[in-house]
Amino acid sequence: MEKKLYEKIVMNHKPKEHRIKNAFVAFIIGGIVGLIGQGLLDLYTYYLNISTNDAAVFMIITLIFIASLFTALGFFDKMVNFARCGLIIPITGFAHSLTSAAIEFKREGYVTGLGANIFKLAGTVILYGIVSAYIFGIIRYFIMGGA
Amino acid sequence: MIYLYSFLFAGLLCLIGQIILDNTKLTPGHITSLFVILGSFLDVFSIYDKIVRYVGGGALVPITSFGHLLTHGAMMKANSYGFIGIAMGMFDFTASGITSAIFFAFIFSLFFKPHD
Repeated sequence: MEKKLYEKIVMNHKPKEHRIKNAFVAFIIGGIVGLIGQGLLDLYTYYLNISTNDAAVFMIITLIFIASLFTALGFFDKMVNFARCGLIIPITGFAHSLTSAAIEFKREGYVTGLGANIFKLAGTVILYGIVSAYIFGIIRYFIMGGA
Repeated sequence: MIYLYSFLFAGLLCLIGQIILDNTKLTPGHITSLFVILGSFLDVFSIYDKIVRYVGGGALVPITSFGHLLTHGAMMKANSYGFIGIAMGMFDFTASGITSAIFFAFIFSLFFKPHD
């Protein structure tokens, strides 16, 4: 009886602690990615002497390049498993899903495998991004009369 | 100060995503889709532009910025070309990110084998 009670208490407490730890890790890692983004933004505007908008494009491409390279080298999967949403919500998650799908399905051929499945995970972001942007664009265009 | 805001904003979005992931049955795909829709919704009343002005890079890194830029590009073209501009300008700002992500994914998949 006591053992059952003990197990029940353990079951009640175990996932909760994990959830708090996961949320904390996601917050810290996600914040660090945001810091890196702002740091790169300042670096590019200062050294390349370009506008903030251009530097933002450079910064996004740099992050995508790093995430793709680390995924291809094999250790980004472990980082994603550790940080979860801390690396999935930033643009690194988009690059990671594309590269990991491309590498995983390469063995089924370049057209039927890689070509057909590269958007298997990232396609949902593009699809719902376009559909929602179209609908919200129409709403804004007709109700508010453009930007 | 903008570095602190960057850290807090990006961290907060990831925290919300992680809480949704842990407490519901939604997958990471659902969560990224939700955040993209949220980002493009926040652009309707130009809220996200204000966030970017205060937060800087921290607001450009999360996937919400992708939805924001889609709507933003569509509205920029819609201003000068009318209704059809929504389709013309949709990818104006996100083209660089999508193109480089696809290109790097293909190039790296040529040279690397899966690590299982």
